[in-house]
Amino acid sequence: MTISTETTGVTEAQGIGASPVRPDGTMKVRGEFAYSSDLWHEDMLWGATLRSPHPHARITGVDIAAALAVPGVYAVLTHADVPGVNRYGLEHPDQPVLAEDVVRYQGEPIALVAADHPETARRAMKRIEVGYEVLEPVTDSEAAVAGQGPALHPGGNVVRHVPIRRGEQNVTADVVVTGTYEVGMQDQAFLGPESGLAVPAEDGGVDLYVATQWLHVDQQQIVAALGLPPEKVRLTLAGVGGAFGGREDLSIQVHACLLALHTGKPVKMVYNREESFYGHVHRHPARMYYEHGADRDGRLVYVKAKIYLDGGAYASTTAAVAGNAATLGVGPYDVPNVTVDCWGTYSNNPPCGAMRGFGAVQAAFGYESQMDRLAEACGLDPVEVRLRNAMSEGTVMPTGQVVDSAAPVEELLTRLRAMPLPAERSGELDLRRLPGGVSNTTHGEGVVRGVGYAVGIKNICFSEGFDDYSTARVRLEAVGGEPAATVQTAACEVGQGLVTILQQIIRTELGVEQVTILPMDTSIGSAGSSSASRQTYMTGGAVRAAALKVRAALVAHAARVLGHEHTELSVAGGKVVSRHDGVLADLVDVLDGEAFDETVEWRHRPTEALDPETGQGNAHVQYGFAAHRAVVDVDTELGLVKVVALDCVQDVGKALNPQAVLGQIQGGSAQGLGLAVMEEIQTRGGVIRNPSFTDYLIPTVLDMPPMRIEVLELADPHAPYGLRGVGEPPTISSTPAIVAAIRAATGLALDRVPVRPEHLTGT
Amino acid sequence: MDFLRPTSLDEALAIKAQRPDAVPIAGGTDVMVELNFDHRRPEALLDLTRIGELAEWSTLDGTVTLGAGVPYARVIDELGDALPGLAMAARTVGSPQIRNRGTVGGNLGAASPAGDTHPVLLATGARVEVASVRGRRFIAAEDFYTGVKRNALEPDELITAVRLPAATGGEQFAKIGTRNAMVIAVCSFAIVLREGHVGAAIGSAAPTPRRVGEAERFLLDELPWDAPAPLADSLKRRFGDLVASAATPIDDVRGSAAYRTHALSVLARRTLTWAWDGYRGSVLQCA
Ligand SMILES: Cc1cc2nc3c(=O)[nH]c(=O)nc-3n(C[C@H](O)[C@H](O)[C@H](O)COP(=O)(O)OP(=O)(O)OC[C@H]3O[C@@H](n4cnc5c(N)ncnc54)[C@H](O)[C@@H]3O)c2cc1C
Repeated sequence: MTISTETTGVTEAQGIGASPVRPDGTMKVRGEFAYSSDLWHEDMLWGATLRSPHPHARITGVDIAAALAVPGVYAVLTHADVPGVNRYGLEHPDQPVLAEDVVRYQGEPIALVAADHPETARRAMKRIEVGYEVLEPVTDSEAAVAGQGPALHPGGNVVRHVPIRRGEQNVTADVVVTGTYEVGMQDQAFLGPESGLAVPAEDGGVDLYVATQWLHVDQQQIVAALGLPPEKVRLTLAGVGGAFGGREDLSIQVHACLLALHTGKPVKMVYNREESFYGHVHRHPARMYYEHGADRDGRLVYVKAKIYLDGGAYASTTAAVAGNAATLGVGPYDVPNVTVDCWGTYSNNPPCGAMRGFGAVQAAFGYESQMDRLAEACGLDPVEVRLRNAMSEGTVMPTGQVVDSAAPVEELLTRLRAMPLPAERSGELDLRRLPGGVSNTTHGEGVVRGVGYAVGIKNICFSEGFDDYSTARVRLEAVGGEPAATVQTAACEVGQGLVTILQQIIRTELGVEQVTILPMDTSIGSAGSSSASRQTYMTGGAVRAAALKVRAALVAHAARVLGHEHTELSVAGGKVVSRHDGVLADLVDVLDGEAFDETVEWRHRPTEALDPETGQGNAHVQYGFAAHRAVVDVDTELGLVKVVALDCVQDVGKALNPQAVLGQIQGGSAQGLGLAVMEEIQTRGGVIRNPSFTDYLIPTVLDMPPMRIEVLELADPHAPYGLRGVGEPPTISSTPAIVAAIRAATGLALDRVPVRPEHLTGT
Repeated sequence: MDFLRPTSLDEALAIKAQRPDAVPIAGGTDVMVELNFDHRRPEALLDLTRIGELAEWSTLDGTVTLGAGVPYARVIDELGDALPGLAMAARTVGSPQIRNRGTVGGNLGAASPAGDTHPVLLATGARVEVASVRGRRFIAAEDFYTGVKRNALEPDELITAVRLPAATGGEQFAKIGTRNAMVIAVCSFAIVLREGHVGAAIGSAAPTPRRVGEAERFLLDELPWDAPAPLADSLKRRFGDLVASAATPIDDVRGSAAYRTHALSVLARRTLTWAWDGYRGSVLQCA
C-alpha cells in the first residue's frame, strides 16, 4: 500500500495508524472462534421455522395437531401466539412475525416448532398442515409503478418514489447516449448462517444472544412483537460470521424469543444454508434507463434516469436504498442538469434490503456503463471522459448539496491509470491463469484481453435527516499495577475489525496499552448499525469523545495531585507528561485507586430530508470514493472470464488501521467481482432457483486476482481523525470496471450483470 | 440408523447381501449432503473406508485396476502419468477437501450426469468391476449409466474397482463452469486417442454421461494416423459439430441448452487438437 499524504494525529505503539493483530484473527483462521451457531445451553430446545413454498398465496388453514403430537415437541406456534404487534420492519412495520392470512414471498415464516432435538423439530414442522390458495405472483417493478397488478400492501406497490430535479429539465445536447441496464439479485453470502439463543429470564423477560448488525433496532422490533418493555428484552452480540447488510433485518430474533417464553426453556435456532437464502434480504435487482447528454468534448450537459428497484415482499430498507440510488444516480460527476426518478417497489420476489453499497452499486453499473458509451460516442478514452466530468470539492450534487471535503475523483483516476499493467501471458502453460482455470478449457485459444475503468461514489453514515448517533463508555483505572482502559458500546463487530480499531483509539488518546472491549450488548445505549460504512466514524467517534472526556478529567486530577497547571499536562505511553517538564509520573501512580468513567452519545453533523418533489437537500454526511481498473482475459468462444488484475485507488481520509483498510478494499472488490461475473439469485415467478452454494457461486481464490491498491489519506475536517468510511466504496466501482474490461475484450454491449457465458457467446 | 463398518470386502458383501438397503459410504461427499438435506433416510450406512483392498491400485499388462475407494487426491498424485485423462478430471473436482475424500467409486455410485470422471471412463473404454456374494462381474462404462443418477448395480452389489488402459496416446478432459474452480460441470468432454482407438464422451449434456459414437467413428476414419500431422480446421469443426449433435442438454440455472451444445463443440475441437498433439508426441517417442 502507498500512503500518499502525510499521516496526521498522534502515534502511539498499536494506536491509530498501526495494524495490530486482530484478537479474533487467529481463532477464525484456526476454526476456533465461537460463532452464534456454536451457542449452547444446558437443557436447551431447538427451534425450526415452517416457511411458505409459494411466493403468493392465501392461507386457508393451519393445522398444528400432528406436529404437536410428535414426542419431544414442546411448542408449535402460529401468528395467534404473537402477544404484541404481529408486524415488524426497519423502516415500515409491514412484515408479520408469522404469516396470518396471506404469504407474500417464498420462504415466509408461518409457524414455529421447539423440540428437544433439531431433527425432531424439523420433522414435526413437516407435519404442520397448511392450506393454501395459490395466487398469481406479482413480479414486475415497472408494472407496479404504472399502477398495474393487485396491491400487495394497503398503500399499493410503490414503497417510495424519489425524484431528483436539478437545473434545466428540458435541455438538449449535441451528443446523446442512452442505455437500459439490469442488475441481478445479489446475495450477501455471509458464511455464518442466521443463528442465536434465547434464554427465558426469571423476571418474565428474555435474554437473546444473536449475530446481528444493530442490537437496539432488533430490540425495538422484538419488544413490539412480544409486548414487553425494553428492559425485559436484553440482547448480547454473539459471534458474527459476516453480515454485509444481510443481518440488518430480523431473522430468528422474535421467533427464538417467542419459543423461549412459551416453553420456559432456552431455545437455539440455526438456519442451514438453504434456509439462509430465504432467511435474509438480498440486494435489490434493478432495471435502469439512462440518457446522458454531452457536448462534443464529452462534457456532460444533462443526465436523465429512471431507476426501478424491486424490493420484494416487504419494505425492509427499500426506501433508503431508493434514496441512495437516486441521489447518487449520476455518479461522481459534475452534472448541471439532472432528472432522476427512482422507485422502490413491492413484489412477490424475495424481500430485498441492505447490502454493501446499498443502492449505489446498482446505479454505478448504469452510470459507468453510460460514461463508456459517451467516451465511445465522443471518440475519447474512457478515463479522459471521466476526468473531464470528475466532481471535486465544491461540486454541487444533484441534490443541491455542496461537497465540502475532498472529492479526489481526478486523482484516483490518474493514479489508477499510472499503475503498471499486468504482463501479457507468457511462459509455460499454467491453467490457473487462464479463463476456465484448472477445468482445462483453453490453452490460450480464443482468449482476448480487455481493460476497463470505473469510479464510484457512496454516502457514508445515515442520511436524509436521520438522528444518527452512537453511545460509548470509557473507563480508566489501575488494574494489577497497570493502567487499564475498558470500552463499552453496543456496536456490532461483524468481522470488520471494529474491536481492534476501538482499542487503537484508546491507546492513542489515553496512552495506555491494555484496553478491554466489553461484550457488546443493550445494557448501554445504541451504537447504530454496523452498516453504511459508518461504525469506525460513529462508534470510533463516540469512543474517542468519551476518551477525551476521561483524559480531561484525568489531567485535571493529575494537575491537582502533582501540583501542575493542567493545561500543561497530557498522557502518553502510560505516563503523565508536562509540555515543559517532560515525564512527571506514571499514570498508574496518579490513578491511585481512582477510576475515570465517562459515557457519551456522539452524533455526526445533522443532515436534511430530501424535498419530496425536487429531491433537494443536504442529505448526506460524507462521500466516499474508489476507482478500479480491471484487466480481464476473456475466452471469447466459450464466454469464460478470468479477471487478471483488479487494481484500486481509494481515499480513506485517514487509515486508522492500514491492514484493515486493505482487507476492506480486497473484500469489497471481490464482492463486486462476484456481481460482475457470477453472483445472482435467480428467480422465476418469485421462486428462488438456486438457494445453495452449489449454484449460487461466489468467487474463489482462482477467480479473484491479487490486487494492487493505493490508499489516499485526504483528511475530512468534519470527521474524527479525518477518516472516511471505507467498507462500501470498493464494492461499487469493481463491478462496472470488470464489465467495461469484458466489453473492451469482446466488443459486446453487455447491459446486464452478472455477465454470463451465454451473454458472451450469444447462446 | 445403523453404521456398519466391515473391515474386509467379503464381510461387506455379506452385509450387502443381507441388507441390500444399506447405503454404502466411501468419501461421503455425496452421501452426507443427501443426509444433511434429508433427501434420504437410510436404515443403515455401510462404511467402506476400512476395506484396505478398495483403497489400492495396481497395473498389469497395461491395464490399471483402480480401487473404488482411492480418493481423487491420490489419483492426481500417483496416476497422473498412467491415467492423465482421469487425473485431469480428478483435478477439476470440487476443492482440496473434496478431493481428499471423494472417490471414483463414489462418483460411479452417485452416477450424476455431471460427475466429472464419467466422460473419461467412457472415452478410455473402462470397465467397472462389481462384486456381490454371488460373484464378480465387469460392466462396460457405457452400460453402467442407466438414467439420471441411476446405474447398473444390483441391490446386493458393490463397486470394487475400475479397470482402464494406461494411456499410450493422447487423453484430454475439459469442463465448463461459471467460475474458475470448485464448480459443477455445465458440460464436460473427454477424448482418448490411441492406436486404433478413438474414445469421446460428453458429460452434463444428456440424462446420462454418454459416448458420442458417430463422432468417434468419424475420427477413427479421418484422422491421419499414419502420417501424424497437424489437423485441418475443417476436420476439427466437423468433429465438434458431431459431438454437439449427440448432446440432448436442458436449460437450467447453470446454463442454457444452446450454450451447452455450443460449448461442447468448442471443447471437442480444442481437446482434439491437444490430444492429437499428445498422440503425435507418443508416436514420435516410439519412433
Ligand atoms: C462441495 C462439493 C463439491 C463437489 N464437486 C464435484 C465436482 O466438481 N465434480 C464431481 O464429479 N463431483 C463433485 N462432488 C460430488 C462428489 O464429491 C463426487 O461425486 C465424489 O466422487 C463422490 O465420492 P465419495 O467417495 O465421496 O462418495 P460417497 O458420498 O461416499 O458415495 C456416493 C454414492 O456412491 C455410493 N457408493 C460409494 N462407494 C460405493 C461402492 N464402492 N460401491 C457401491 N456404491 C458406492 C454411495 O452409496 C452413494 O450413493 C462434489 C461434492 C461436494 C460436497
